[in-house]
Amino acid sequence: MNAAQERLYDNSDMDVSGQENDQTDQYLTFIMADEEYGVDILSVQEIRGWESVTPIPNTPPHVKGVINLRGTIVPIVDLRQRFGLENVEYGPLTVVIVLKVATRKGARVMGIVVDAVSDVYSLAEEEMKAAPDLGDHVNTLYIKGLVNVNNKMVILLDINELLGADTIPDVSINTIKEIKEAQ
Amino acid sequence: MSIDLSQFHQVFFEESFEGLQVMESSLLDLDCENVDSETINSIFRAAHSIKGSSSTFGFTDVAEFTHVLETLLDQVREGSRQLQPDHVDLLLQSVDCLRGMLTALQAGAALDTEQSKILIQAFNDILDGRQPVAPGGEQALSNETPSSPPVAASQCQEEEITWHIQFVPDVNLLRTGNEPLRMFRELAEMGELEVSVNLDRIPDLAGLNPEECHLSWDLYLSTGRSRSEIEEIFEWVMDESDITITATAGLFTNIATPQAEEHELIAEPDVMGAAEAEVQNTVKPADKQAVTKPAQQNPAAKSSESTSIRVSIEKIDSLVNLVGELVITQSMLGQLGNEFDMEKLQKLQEGLAQLEHNTRELQESVMRIRMLPISFTFSRFPRMVRDLSKQLGKKIDLKLVGEQTELDKTVMEKIGDPLVHLVRNALDHGLESPAERRAAGKKETGTITLNAFHQGGNIMIEIIDDGKGLNREKILNKARTNGVIGESEVLSDEQIQELIFQPGFSTAEQVTDVSGRGVGMDVVRRNILELNGSIEVRSVEGEGSTFTIRLPLTLAILDGQLIDVGSQTFIVPLVSIVESLQPDMKLINHVAGGCDVFRLRDEYIPIIKLWEVFGVEPRSKDLADSLLVVVEAGNAKVAVVVDDLLGQQQVVIKSMETNYKKVDGISGATILGDGTVSLILDITDLIYMAGEHQQSKNGLKLISNKTRAA
Repeated sequence: MNAAQERLYDNSDMDVSGQENDQTDQYLTFIMADEEYGVDILSVQEIRGWESVTPIPNTPPHVKGVINLRGTIVPIVDLRQRFGLENVEYGPLTVVIVLKVATRKGARVMGIVVDAVSDVYSLAEEEMKAAPDLGDHVNTLYIKGLVNVNNKMVILLDINELLGADTIPDVSINTIKEIKEAQ
Repeated sequence: MSIDLSQFHQVFFEESFEGLQVMESSLLDLDCENVDSETINSIFRAAHSIKGSSSTFGFTDVAEFTHVLETLLDQVREGSRQLQPDHVDLLLQSVDCLRGMLTALQAGAALDTEQSKILIQAFNDILDGRQPVAPGGEQALSNETPSSPPVAASQCQEEEITWHIQFVPDVNLLRTGNEPLRMFRELAEMGELEVSVNLDRIPDLAGLNPEECHLSWDLYLSTGRSRSEIEEIFEWVMDESDITITATAGLFTNIATPQAEEHELIAEPDVMGAAEAEVQNTVKPADKQAVTKPAQQNPAAKSSESTSIRVSIEKIDSLVNLVGELVITQSMLGQLGNEFDMEKLQKLQEGLAQLEHNTRELQESVMRIRMLPISFTFSRFPRMVRDLSKQLGKKIDLKLVGEQTELDKTVMEKIGDPLVHLVRNALDHGLESPAERRAAGKKETGTITLNAFHQGGNIMIEIIDDGKGLNREKILNKARTNGVIGESEVLSDEQIQELIFQPGFSTAEQVTDVSGRGVGMDVVRRNILELNGSIEVRSVEGEGSTFTIRLPLTLAILDGQLIDVGSQTFIVPLVSIVESLQPDMKLINHVAGGCDVFRLRDEYIPIIKLWEVFGVEPRSKDLADSLLVVVEAGNAKVAVVVDDLLGQQQVVIKSMETNYKKVDGISGATILGDGTVSLILDITDLIYMAGEHQQSKNGLKLISNKTRAA
């Protein structure tokens, strides 16, 4: 994890010098089930090791719970479960990437559990291919695009799309109460 | 030795604002028929100290203004002048004006002296009008109306004349060390100034000399000052420049029309720098803005002001005492630690208990510092009601009850606007006009009561009016036309009253600037919900309405009981716990339909299994191995099954919604001593959830605790 973080800093230094090549964005990539995913590095707040969480009752299984991040309550989402991938035991490499998510109700801080952090790439917009339309059954809304780095495919995620959905309030019991009373 | 006075400015402003507050409330208390000398004295004292300190700090405008005010008050105080309702109005206006001036000064903005000038004039009118009459001639005085037209008329001529000043300076104006901007600024202090610049004389770039002045100005000044005073400003440049000062008949409406006096046209094509023109041009509009729009600067300025609270010396003293005790305990523990052996264990434990006690009291004291009496919020209402009742032509008596009830400062700040809205509503919609009231057989004067009191861990604020109440039919019809409810739906009175909190709901026949736009009650409710509070309305048609706001005392801290369910620790707010006990299995009955009830003395209380509602694996599903925590919310009691009771602790409430969303049954989260997160239970939610849970399980509703043992 530390190595990844160092690399992260190295790359950001590089980018400042190589700013001339127009419109490249940096992406932090991580590994999950042998696939490489990327998120916009500007949304990454920090990378932490996995620590135990306090579960929240009656939430979808991919919402693992909340942690105390220096005094703020931050929800943690297991991305494997979110994507319906096979569950694995959390190990020493398992990391939590803390992200700033822009939602309709303002910025939220949320963490995602991934297998391991991989690398930082500078990518130009043109290199990005749109996600193939896989029909209605596969939701590709939260895929920003696919990109080819060193002959490997990296899936770039739109975290606002992906995690924003979890912060939309459920039909709470208060709403149910109101509906019932209105009847 | 020089002292930097600016370090005392903040205190000066705070004191002055307080003084103004005193003046305002005392003025509102004043009864012109029967002037209470103590009230007048307190107004006088407040005005006097504002005058004194403002002149100390060099705010002469404020001092001068207050001086005139004080002169009038002094005469009233001595009994040489009968107080008139108009005087009170004028004094109230001056309080507003002073407040504006002080706010501007505090923000370091340009002072708008225009309003104060008008008011000073008005005061002088009153004072001058009385001057010929010797003190003691009260009888003659009381017959005469204050600021009476004849007096005003004589002053009217020098009051507010618009002067047109054509100022065409010599090209060498700047070389002689004169700065037109300064002169304009001085003019602006005399009254309302409108400046337009004339660029005709500017030569092309080649012939430009930046040290020369090629600009000329047309100025329109509305002021009460005489021509000689204006000329004085131009004294130094008089000889070299062409200056024409003419009085125009009216006020600013005449500006657009060309003036007949504009015959002194100067056709002196001179050399002038575009660069300079640029400079002058950019300066001018800014300058003009500062002169004409000081009122608009105020809102922006407000946000920058630092907030502070005044704390009674009593609270500070108790804090000092507590810290003293804490230091003693600490040194005792320190001594104990130096030469510790197991025999002293008992003492150590005692010391730690003492430390805990001290810390808790200290925390409470510190929290109490944030608590302010609600009169800080209530104090704005007498003035508002007075002004609005005049505007609406209604007679209203405002009663404030429980002003000393203390409330957290943050809560207080946020409750201000909703309260204003509710009081306005009561005034506009609730209370009828005197004629209507008479027709309904009520007193002409309506009453609005603001009542604040503590109840349990909450503070309650009631807004009660004895007006016409909510009109059932009107609300129903409106709801039907809006499509909020169906045509044939029958609603109970409570449900109808609830409807007024729907967005876009207004039954006012006319939209006034006071209320009736239908943006309001829903916003009020939302604001109160954000404070974890609630609002209810009770209304009897023809008799009035009561709005009840329930708010938590503080948003930050909660006394909690830690409980264990399975491997998880939750927190139950201590205020909602009635008692905790080990269940006697003989007292637990299983009601057909799946609900367990527990007999507590002569009540049957439904049992909620937290592990079932929250889907947690418990240590034991057998009730005999568990503990029951009887909690109360609203007027329902339930027994919550938990695995274990841990300690009690004060916890700092953290919102789940900051980064996640509202979770049913959870009101927030907190961080425990070991750094882990623990969730705080929302009892009201929980009771409902359990009901739903049971219902979905077997289609039966949770049995209300009101079902008593037969």
